[in-house]
Amino acid sequence: MRDLTLAMRRRTDVLTTLFFFIIVVSLFPLGAGTEKMILMKIAPGVAWVAALLASMLALERLFASDFADGTLEQMLLTPQPIFILVLGKVFAHWLLTGLPLVFIAPLVGLQYYLPDEAVSTMMLALLIGTPILSLVGAIGAALTLGLRGGGILLSLLILPLYIPIMVYGAGVVSASATGTTDLQAYFSILSGFLILALVLSPIATAAALRISVE
Amino acid sequence: MLEITNLTCSRGDRQLFTGLNFSLKPGSLLYVEGRNGTGKSTLLRAICGLFLADSGDILWDGKNTQSLAEDYTKEVVYLGHHNGIKDDLSGLENLRISTVLDGDDVTEEQIWNALKKMGLKGFEDLPTKVLSQGQKRRVALARLLLNSSKLWILDEPFTALDVAAVDLLQSVIADHISKGGMVVLTTHQEVALTAGQIQRLELGKKKNKNV
Repeated sequence: MRDLTLAMRRRTDVLTTLFFFIIVVSLFPLGAGTEKMILMKIAPGVAWVAALLASMLALERLFASDFADGTLEQMLLTPQPIFILVLGKVFAHWLLTGLPLVFIAPLVGLQYYLPDEAVSTMMLALLIGTPILSLVGAIGAALTLGLRGGGILLSLLILPLYIPIMVYGAGVVSASATGTTDLQAYFSILSGFLILALVLSPIATAAALRISVE
Repeated sequence: MLEITNLTCSRGDRQLFTGLNFSLKPGSLLYVEGRNGTGKSTLLRAICGLFLADSGDILWDGKNTQSLAEDYTKEVVYLGHHNGIKDDLSGLENLRISTVLDGDDVTEEQIWNALKKMGLKGFEDLPTKVLSQGQKRRVALARLLLNSSKLWILDEPFTALDVAAVDLLQSVIADHISKGGMVVLTTHQEVALTAGQIQRLELGKKKNKNV
């Protein structure tokens, strides 16, 4: 969708999310000391928590600005099916917040002494996992649209739903770091989540938007 | 043709209007009147489907607009209190996006012409945040020129416009009506409309005067 042009006009928003991720991830080695064993152990969890928070940070803005200037109403009134529009917006959101995290993942690996295989596993896991975060988050963003203090409510609604993704996402990285080679099951489950989210989230988001606009 | 039967709307606990009936034929203009808070905007939003009415039907060519869904939204243009344009984008980009989303086949040249006609020559490329209120409104109104929808729903279209722009908009509306279009309009300003067949609907009275 044309959201990308808009995002290019506001590059700072995208960079904020990215830097947020880098800083959160960098804080842990500084706080927990630089002991190799500990860092290696917490790395997957830290990376995923940071990814969750970073994606959360940008979620609020997913529909809020469109809602404020009336363009959201206009979108609902176009002859395009709403779930396609939602899918487009979520895809744009993911391109700007999820995809950069995938590419920045090697930096995390470097800081946490992760072996190379674990880094590539993490990139793959983030590649599958971050679209789920965007899709599920969109439902919450649509529901909390126009509410005062919507940001906090959004976190309360969405973070519990992120837990399974984080468990398996971090699990696969840990497994790969300890040398397990059979990671198929983890990726199957993550992909299953993605397909489920891809099918259900746009419909739920479209319904939530209709309610919020009223 | 647009038909409203037994429409009832409320906001919160307050009932705005009950049992509202009217119909609008091609080539006519409906002028919705009433004091502040009588539900004019709500009625307009209900007609275009943004607001869910408590009861009653809104029929387009005899079919319920909710079941028509996209077939109905294709026929409607809504311009509300918000201009529905992105501040960071130029007028040109805003219109390009909205025409693509509306599914209208519009050339770049037509967009330039529409903006020129709305008196925005020389401002096409500027981000709309640097434009004045009236100019932003003009950008939003330029959408009307590029649209092939039959039903225009305009909520206070004359606000922030200067005299010349009001005249221009009136001629655009009159033109649309003469081509067999329909317009539903609210305004607090008394504006002489020189369009074809004019209907009036007054909200906020004890009994709705049906037209």
